[in-house]
Amino acid sequence: MRILIKNARVICPVQNIDDKRDIVVENGLIKEIAKAGTASGTFDKTIDANGLIAAPGLVDMHTHLREPGHEGAETIATGTMAAAAGGFTSLAAMPNTKPVNDNAYVTSYMKTKAKEEGVVKVYPIGSITVDQAGEQLAEIGEMIKAGIVAISDDGSCVMNSYVMRKAMDYAKQFNIPVIDHCEDKNLRGEGVMNDGYYSMKLGLRGIPAVSEEIMVARDMALAQHTKCRTHIAHVSTAGSVRIIREAKQSNTPVTAEVTPHHLFLTEEAVATYDPNTNVNPPLRTHEDTKALILALKDGTIDAIATDHAPHSIERKDIEFQLAMCGMIGLETALALCLKLVHDGDLSLIHLIRLMSTNPAKILNISGGSLEVGAPADITIFDMNEEWTYTEDKILSKSKNTPFKGWKLKGKVKHTICEGKIVWGN
Amino acid sequence: MKTFDQKHLLGTEDLTKDEIMDIMNTAKKFKDLINKGHHVVPTLHGKIVVLMFFEPSTRTRSSFEIAAKRLGAETIDFSSIKSATTKGETLVDTAKNLEAMNPDAFVIRHSNSGAPYLLSKLQSIPVINAGDGFHEHPTQALLDLMTILEYKKEVNGLKVLIVGDIAHSRVARSNIYSLKTMGAQVSVCGPATMLPPAVERLGVKVYTDIKAALPEQDVVMMLRIQAERGGTNNQFPTLREYSRHWGLTNNTVKLLKRDAIIMHPGPMNRGVEISQAVADSERSVILPQVTNGVAVRMAILHKLCNGKSIEEVI
Repeated sequence: MRILIKNARVICPVQNIDDKRDIVVENGLIKEIAKAGTASGTFDKTIDANGLIAAPGLVDMHTHLREPGHEGAETIATGTMAAAAGGFTSLAAMPNTKPVNDNAYVTSYMKTKAKEEGVVKVYPIGSITVDQAGEQLAEIGEMIKAGIVAISDDGSCVMNSYVMRKAMDYAKQFNIPVIDHCEDKNLRGEGVMNDGYYSMKLGLRGIPAVSEEIMVARDMALAQHTKCRTHIAHVSTAGSVRIIREAKQSNTPVTAEVTPHHLFLTEEAVATYDPNTNVNPPLRTHEDTKALILALKDGTIDAIATDHAPHSIERKDIEFQLAMCGMIGLETALALCLKLVHDGDLSLIHLIRLMSTNPAKILNISGGSLEVGAPADITIFDMNEEWTYTEDKILSKSKNTPFKGWKLKGKVKHTICEGKIVWGN
Repeated sequence: MKTFDQKHLLGTEDLTKDEIMDIMNTAKKFKDLINKGHHVVPTLHGKIVVLMFFEPSTRTRSSFEIAAKRLGAETIDFSSIKSATTKGETLVDTAKNLEAMNPDAFVIRHSNSGAPYLLSKLQSIPVINAGDGFHEHPTQALLDLMTILEYKKEVNGLKVLIVGDIAHSRVARSNIYSLKTMGAQVSVCGPATMLPPAVERLGVKVYTDIKAALPEQDVVMMLRIQAERGGTNNQFPTLREYSRHWGLTNNTVKLLKRDAIIMHPGPMNRGVEISQAVADSERSVILPQVTNGVAVRMAILHKLCNGKSIEEVI
């Protein structure tokens, strides 16, 4: 199978390309990047990408695919389809499945299922501890053999610092990152939204910023001590940004991610008690979103990840406090984040680095590059097409998102995963 | 003057001065009629009010029930049915099922803030918030206002202090909104652990020292300290310490102006937030608050259920 993508504005952060080019794909690999209009030969498929961007396929390092165990909310098939529609060619799947991905059997199941039914590539993340209970280390080595690329107890912070320290010491020998969901559970208490003006007004229990920051600070100390690669999931506060920035200045082996919803929504969105805005970490303040965008600009935050968290309507269409935390995000991430480019906060190549190259690098997986010989994972999108995100367009099995009704600018036209067109035609 | 013609009563936050005065005037009318011997003013004859109390309540539920009955309406006590929610039915389903039976109003108390709002979005029957989580308790604030008006005539410029667990108090929030709207100068006081973040953005003065707060006040509202569940969750060390620092005791009450009134939404913890002698003193208007509760709830039910005019039925 030979595909020609012609006259695209090609973006490749690895080769520092932002230029009009032709891309030739052959046998699942990038065969050639040529001057626009010069690629020749016969092709099974030609995509006229004039006016469109061709970038390395997006990599989401924080997805909840819900399979096994919560197939009512999402499956590997539906989640990877949603990913393809959003321009993603690789996903890292969090371990809070049922059973928890805390052993090689679950890892193998996910890998097999992804191979059979997945539309894009799936990289399981194993749990740090058995059943994500924060007590006993899971069989990390066995899971690595079965294919995990990182460990995390996402959704549940490892509260015991001794356990976390041992997890880091242990993970370091395998050169995989430890991803932490930073949250002091005692400080969170029964909180359901950001602790501040809106929680006061709405009469909802607050989750203070410090409940995240105290654990970010602990992890920075542990990362310095263990020298283990440590990745902070879904950073949500200006204080966390400050702590990570300082840690990077002293060469702590840390990376960090932010979600689109923490960049574009604030606690104000909770004002109507919309359960779709119930997310953990909670939506914060304008000061926090400003600090997060600045952190993307100055490199303090390395990646944008969706924290795609599907929940069935039965677990969302109830009182705010009872609703499950989280929102879906694969299909809106790129269009939302392109706002940073349209607003002049980031260059396009920087955005692609954050959404593709860096997450691939952190997880040490292929992707994030259009170098000749690399797997042909390519996302082709229109930066300027405007569209309205409505429920009927959602491919994820769950529809829990507060972005319904939003006018977005930027649309994925084709997604190519290992040389196969998995979205668009 | 714009009258109160909203579909629901979810809170006092969005009520205008005119709307509040309209409710006050209507409540006054009902109170006068009762005092004149009209124990039933059947403007809602033939109507059905559903009392949905998902949280224990004696006085608010009884007050609503008496109010409805004085208006000639029937009440369904959903709180005593108990079945639906224990069977795992959601609030949404319960509401839709009850709506299908066509009652004329829902009175809801729920431990989840926002539950009445959710109910109002899901169906078309008027919803009255009888207290949701720590969010609002509008009829309490309105009966408090009615009581203040009886004793103080003018609310504009009046100094009102609310003392207690402000963070977890729906009574405090609803009172802050309605009193501010009416032009009062509102202050809150409590241990720093019980003051919610950013509360000063509601336009209130914030105190942690009750002795500094009490002089100058025209009205003092003491909030109930929730101690019955045992333990204080480290909001304060002990009830003894709370009482000695934030209670209205026989000593601290001396700091008040002579004509200040003392209020409490009930039920009281005598000896904790308020001493026996203070609760039963001449300046205490706690029982008039309860009496006014019926009149205010009559006014709300009367307005929301769209009954006959008062003149028509007496």
